Amino acid sequence: MDFTRRQFIQVTGATAAGLAVSGLGFDLKPIKAHAQMLKTVSAKQTISICPYCAVGCGVIVYTSQKGDGRVIDIEGDPDHVINRGSLCSKGAALAQLSENKLRVTDPMYRAPYSKEWKTVSWDWALTEIAKRVKATRDASFVRSNAKGQVVNHTTAIASVGSAAMDNEECWIYQALMRSLGLVYLEHQARI
Amino acid sequence: MTNHWIDIKNSDCILIMGSNAAENHPISFKYVIEAQQNGTTLISVDPRFTRTSSKADLYTALRSGSDIAFLGGMIRYILDNNLYDKDYVALYTNGSFIVDQSFDFKNGLFSGYDANAHKYDKSKWAFEKDKYGVPKMDRSLKNPRCVFQLLKKHYSRYSTKLVSTITGTSEKDLLTVYKTYAATGKTGKAGTIMYAMGWTQHTVGTQNIRTMAIIQLLLGNMGVAGGGVNALRGESNVQGSTDHCLLWHIWPGYLKTPRASDTSLTVYNDKYTPKSNDPQSANWWQNYPKYSVSLLKSFFGENANQGNEFGYSWLPKADDGKVYSWLDLFDEMYNGGIKGFFAWGQNPACSGTNANKTRAALKNLDWMVNTNIFDNETGSFWRGPGMDPATVKTEVFFLPACVSVEKEGSITNSGRWMQWRYQGPKPLGNSLSDGDIILMLGEKLKELYTKDPGVFADPILNLKWDYVTGGVYDPHKVAKEINGYFLQDVTIKGKTYAKGTLVPSFAFLQSDGSTSSANWLYCNSYTEKGNLSARRGQEDAVNKIGLYPQFAWCWPVNRRIIYNRASVDAKGNPWNPDRWVIKWTGEKWVGDVPDGGWPPLETADGFKNPKTKHAFIMRKHGHAQIFGPGLNDGPFPEHYEPLECPVEKNFMNAQRINPTAPVYGGKADEWATCDPRYPYVGTTYRVVEHWQTGVMTRHQAWLLEMQPQMFVEMSVELGQLKGIKNGERVKVTSPRGEVVATAIVTKRFRPFKVGGGVVHQVGMPWHFGWEFPKSGKEESANLLTPSTGDPNTRIPETKAFMVNVVKI
Repeated sequence: MDFTRRQFIQVTGATAAGLAVSGLGFDLKPIKAHAQMLKTVSAKQTISICPYCAVGCGVIVYTSQKGDGRVIDIEGDPDHVINRGSLCSKGAALAQLSENKLRVTDPMYRAPYSKEWKTVSWDWALTEIAKRVKATRDASFVRSNAKGQVVNHTTAIASVGSAAMDNEECWIYQALMRSLGLVYLEHQARI
Repeated sequence: MTNHWIDIKNSDCILIMGSNAAENHPISFKYVIEAQQNGTTLISVDPRFTRTSSKADLYTALRSGSDIAFLGGMIRYILDNNLYDKDYVALYTNGSFIVDQSFDFKNGLFSGYDANAHKYDKSKWAFEKDKYGVPKMDRSLKNPRCVFQLLKKHYSRYSTKLVSTITGTSEKDLLTVYKTYAATGKTGKAGTIMYAMGWTQHTVGTQNIRTMAIIQLLLGNMGVAGGGVNALRGESNVQGSTDHCLLWHIWPGYLKTPRASDTSLTVYNDKYTPKSNDPQSANWWQNYPKYSVSLLKSFFGENANQGNEFGYSWLPKADDGKVYSWLDLFDEMYNGGIKGFFAWGQNPACSGTNANKTRAALKNLDWMVNTNIFDNETGSFWRGPGMDPATVKTEVFFLPACVSVEKEGSITNSGRWMQWRYQGPKPLGNSLSDGDIILMLGEKLKELYTKDPGVFADPILNLKWDYVTGGVYDPHKVAKEINGYFLQDVTIKGKTYAKGTLVPSFAFLQSDGSTSSANWLYCNSYTEKGNLSARRGQEDAVNKIGLYPQFAWCWPVNRRIIYNRASVDAKGNPWNPDRWVIKWTGEKWVGDVPDGGWPPLETADGFKNPKTKHAFIMRKHGHAQIFGPGLNDGPFPEHYEPLECPVEKNFMNAQRINPTAPVYGGKADEWATCDPRYPYVGTTYRVVEHWQTGVMTRHQAWLLEMQPQMFVEMSVELGQLKGIKNGERVKVTSPRGEVVATAIVTKRFRPFKVGGGVVHQVGMPWHFGWEFPKSGKEESANLLTPSTGDPNTRIPETKAFMVNVVKI
């Protein structure tokens, strides 16, 4: 017997309502069991914390260990003592953040007065950025202020970000920026 | 949060004001509802009837920007009706401190105001000291110059009638809220506040929170289960990124960024290490030099030594008196002073106030680096509305970051819980973790400065940068550095800790360079016992109040409720024996990690305990501050109107706006108050389906389908007045910009009666931007918001401003 997906949902909905065997005269339990299995079979489970608000809800990430190695699904973690498996609409859509065709996956560069981006390599991008940082920093660096006090800073480079980074990333980020002499250093907590 | 998410369930009364937790922190409501089911009253105070309001037992509205008037009225109600917790106030707060005669308040100004500089001389707000230099106190709270009596005098002006005139809230509703919340002043009862940007984003933001903190202290609600002052932070790691101080004015662990006048490490440490002459004050910040030197050792490793002041001179100093905050940064960029710019996981072209000014400022840059998951309005500003790419010189580099589930590391939630995450899939395509990008950029710079030292290469070349394992970024190495190491064999209290081992907690840190710790607050998170943030223990603590001490790790030293030494009476017995946080057994504290291990104030026989310390150990004098002499705009909160407001005068005092609020005077900063062109109060907020500027939600099919468009909510009355029907597209304008939005004409907003007139308010989400969805028509509400902010934090005033709404 052929079923459309919608008919299948209607039927399984009926079983959920209390019928072990559907009115169609056959047992849907094995189909449900198979559907459950499809999601997790051959998937790696890892735990993570939702990246949106700061409640810090636990999630379980199911990653395919076959094929493309991508996320199959992300669900609330029932063993997490704060959310106990619950997620809001954003957390429930988290798999669409990682598995998203609109993500940019290569460095890009926009030249002065250009109308477009062009794709570049990591090595080229980071080399060119480092050159610009050095040129701007060295040209603007202030060793002492008008009073003769040592300041060792540059006010010609600024950096903002990021509450979206992990703690460890935050620490090395601020260390690098401060070693360059930046004082214009801000992020989301200010706004 | 002084407390944490699960603790909300322990509250007897929950006030949600300045936030919409049901919408923006949905899972927190698991605990709000659990509390309600056990008899807790939920109060929602908001200009708009929100999803939070729909769950509340008690709802009332106030006009945006009038929170201090509302809460000041509650202070008066508590004092007039003797509903405060007298023992708590006398024992644990500075209510008993005697204030110097030089303190005064007249015509809306505190003593010491300099009208030219728009600043106060805070020395006029000092305490009287005894011959030992300890503040004089009157624990009976009767001295007319004690803080408690001055508080009474200050808020005697906040009558319910006057408050109602300012806020637009009816006197009846005010009294109902006051009575309900003030009932938590009874010993053993706990009330909590859940607030967010609805309180911070004002020219009186800090004082909004101070007003509530005073209420919490008067009612004895600090340090107890179900109490506290709880900021609901909006980003998954904004707590951690603040702790690590990605901010101009502080170094990791809330140490101060040095000023130019801090000419040596000794001068720096002396200046920022508070000194107390009270032997009963723990004055925890006396340990400042241990934390600053350990931080410098983490910055520069073996290159930092006694001889070079541990590299102190290598780090940048801020010029004295200058502010480098967000508003000032973009003002400087707008004026052409900034040439290079990193936007790292952030979208200032939509998130910052007065976004048109920000977008124009980006044109002045020589180069920009934009690191993000998706392209956004910041990185692509040159092709945005009103821009001609052929005239924009700025070079832009876009660096693709991976998403959180593709990397390993920790984040810290609003309840200060540091939680470890693991890698699921590998980063998509050629995207990389921020950690890898930062490390690689650092290596490139080190190479460049090795080849050509240029100007002052020392800090770059000496920076400790050994966080790689197998050629990639290793978060464990950084996490261990953040905790800190013994750098030589160190003997403390007879026990020797071997060189190279991890420091057990910040109590072991040293100021002689024998320890490192990249952030003293996180010392204890990753020790020889392992990575404590990765723990998953399901057992609750002995007091069964939902602390879960073996699940993850929280700062400081896994203390789940801070200020918990105030949860007990003078003998160490809990104010509430059923929901106790800590208690004294006669020999030690049990329950949560106590806020300092010293014994209670009194022995079981009622004598003063010679070994005790005051409860609020982070304060110089050991007491919580009802009188706060450290803030820029006064030791007591006072109602001032927003920079842009609908009333000609402040009904409370002779100053219309906060006399210390920063105001920017450029062409792009134009503002208009009581201007018939902009007659309606505007505010901004969020919806559950989107997040911040929407970069991480607008690109997702489900979420965009559920909330596809920019909208503006207005009352039925305003809709009738303007001839606007539900669903019509309208234009919202301010002196700084305009936004097209779909009108939602709703009963959720009601007109306010303010000062004898009618004031309408409208509200908009700030989740949209032209870059996506592709129509390019959905824009950011921050095109409308003003260039001003709080004088303490400089958080912009994006929650109260003036607009017009017109049919298109």
